[in-house]
Amino acid sequence: MDYQDIELLRFTTAGSVDDGKSTLIGRLLYDSKSIFQDQLDAVEASSKSKGFDYVDLSLLTDGLKSEREQGITIDVAYRYFATPKRKFIIADTPGHIQYTRNMVTGASTANLAIILVDARKGMLEQTHRHAFIASLLRIPHAIVCVNKMDLVDYSEEVYTKIVADFKAFSSKLDIKDIQFIPISALNGDNVVNRSEHMDWYDGSTLMYHLETVHISSDHNLVDCRFPIQSVIRPHTIEHQDYRGFAGRIDGGVFKPGDKVKSLPSGFVTTIKTIELNGEQIAEAFAPMSVTMTLEDEIDNSRGDMIVRENNVPEVSQDIEVLVSWMSSTPIHARTKVVIKHTTNETVGMVKELKYKIDINTLHRIEGIDKVEMNDIARLSIRTAKPLFFDAYKKNRQTGSIIIIDEQTNETIGAGMIV
Amino acid sequence: MSNYIINHLRELESEAIFVIREIAAQFENPVLLFSGGKDSILLTHLAKKAFFPAKIPFPLIHIDTGHNFPETIAFRDALVEKLGVTLIVGSVQEAIDKGRAKEETGADASRNSLQIVSLLDTLEAHKVDAAMGGARRDEEKARAKERFFSHRDEFGQWDPKNQRPELWNLFNGRKNYGEHFRVFPISNWTEMDVWEYIKLENIDLPSLYFSHQRDCVVRDGVILANSEFIKLKEGEEVVNMTIRYRTCGDMPITGAVASTADDLDKIIEEIATTRTTERGGRADDKRAETAMEDRKKQGYF
Repeated sequence: MDYQDIELLRFTTAGSVDDGKSTLIGRLLYDSKSIFQDQLDAVEASSKSKGFDYVDLSLLTDGLKSEREQGITIDVAYRYFATPKRKFIIADTPGHIQYTRNMVTGASTANLAIILVDARKGMLEQTHRHAFIASLLRIPHAIVCVNKMDLVDYSEEVYTKIVADFKAFSSKLDIKDIQFIPISALNGDNVVNRSEHMDWYDGSTLMYHLETVHISSDHNLVDCRFPIQSVIRPHTIEHQDYRGFAGRIDGGVFKPGDKVKSLPSGFVTTIKTIELNGEQIAEAFAPMSVTMTLEDEIDNSRGDMIVRENNVPEVSQDIEVLVSWMSSTPIHARTKVVIKHTTNETVGMVKELKYKIDINTLHRIEGIDKVEMNDIARLSIRTAKPLFFDAYKKNRQTGSIIIIDEQTNETIGAGMIV
Repeated sequence: MSNYIINHLRELESEAIFVIREIAAQFENPVLLFSGGKDSILLTHLAKKAFFPAKIPFPLIHIDTGHNFPETIAFRDALVEKLGVTLIVGSVQEAIDKGRAKEETGADASRNSLQIVSLLDTLEAHKVDAAMGGARRDEEKARAKERFFSHRDEFGQWDPKNQRPELWNLFNGRKNYGEHFRVFPISNWTEMDVWEYIKLENIDLPSLYFSHQRDCVVRDGVILANSEFIKLKEGEEVVNMTIRYRTCGDMPITGAVASTADDLDKIIEEIATTRTTERGGRADDKRAETAMEDRKKQGYF
């Protein structure tokens, strides 16, 4: 196996217990031989002691004691598997409305979303919700798996109707790439192996799609953004004058010799070197962590951003965000909060609550006086110092914020800059 | 490089370095928990890369149970010397002597749980506000839901049902006085990723990880190294075997695997075809289905 050429794909699965989500994950792990014998033995023993007739693969993913007691997934669980073509990280999240915040969390780092639809039930409210969250978080790719095809006699008609219904709904959303696959997770049809029961379907299997979907352009390679994490100053005799700027590239392609601008100072200089561990890097792009040195001595520090002279982000103390509210304490206008954006941190105040979105119907609810847990709402926020940002649409890293409670220090909201 | 793709190992490396740099920037007294195992050796390597040409800007803490493999201690001391970092050792023996911890009794006695006391005492003595460790989510099911930045209350406890949501690469390390964080920069690595990266970067490891001859005792199907810390039960005998370790904990509880893999290529091949998890040989995880979750809630690594 030539592991040097393998890419990493992060995907999220949203669905309720009845959708067969755990069965699907179990199937992917099992058929890709990522379940170990001792894990299977433990799950078999647990299933047996609970009096189940079959091996409950959901016991593999439901990790915490309280979850196993209640038989539900209450948090984001991360699972890993690999094939000779790719490595995969699954963010497995519960699908009920009260877990919207968990779905948002899992979606925030995903390249791809798997949306499960039960073939017997068709589009449900929760299908709308899952598709909307994938669109809101701008997951670049979505695969709609019409599951339990075995229970509808592998009917093409049933499948075609669900696809049409989904397309009618998703035309209101903004997902670039949607694929549809009829599957049976329980029997393995079209998951890893092609189904023998659906000759009418000539598309690829789920696994083939996961292995081949084009993800290299998921990062922004146009707008150069390098938020500074920290300044490296060795204070050794060998490196007396060394000043390196450490950080992870959030967008664009940087090269030594490039003319760059530092924000907020506005100073223009040239990149001297881009390196990591002393090794020189010819071209650096997202999501690489590097250390940059500059030709001129500029007093940069954590929270500053290095960009191209003729392509700068917005610089403002006023931001408009769509937030996913994550705290049991509601938020009102004039609440003071802490904002984290790239490597920057500042205090801010909620100026106005504009509207909530009913995530089942996509309707706007205007005239609200508070935003509660699991709500999606549009707010305007005024920050104490300027932020350097892009619209979330343009860059998922420089367009996102988290909102922190000043008193409890809890993360209470996730925001996407409009 | 021309098509702007980085492979999975470089992406995981970049993510871990980002997290390590966040720890250094967001906390006043961070430390790296060094067990001498391959994961903490990998973490130390990533920390070196994150700050080069500066030295690693935080100390390493090793909780010495007194039951370590001698190879682990020798390796630790050589690494600390080479990197020029500070080493803090917290001693379980000392905690027992002071009456802070009580030794377990019986043939299966282990000092594994006793580490919690020494660890929390050491963190408190050095006013540590962030302790980073090499735990990975693929190791054990309670860890599958662990955050990168894991908040601990003033008693060092983990509350798994009330974890902070973690979005994008925005890590919230804010805390109240007396609280601290455990941070896991290699959360997203699998055992295979670790070995492939060790090979890619040519990272030195203790000889324990490679096939060697050793006097062993087979107990409940687990191969344990014979040592002064093991009390033989009736019917058990010492056998010389060709083995290696997949993880390195304390001598009396870490199970070896029968293996002839004596270099990285052979180890990677062995792992690719193995059918048991690496913690499958850890007696400490077998005590109950929720053994890891229970220890983590109390403040375990």
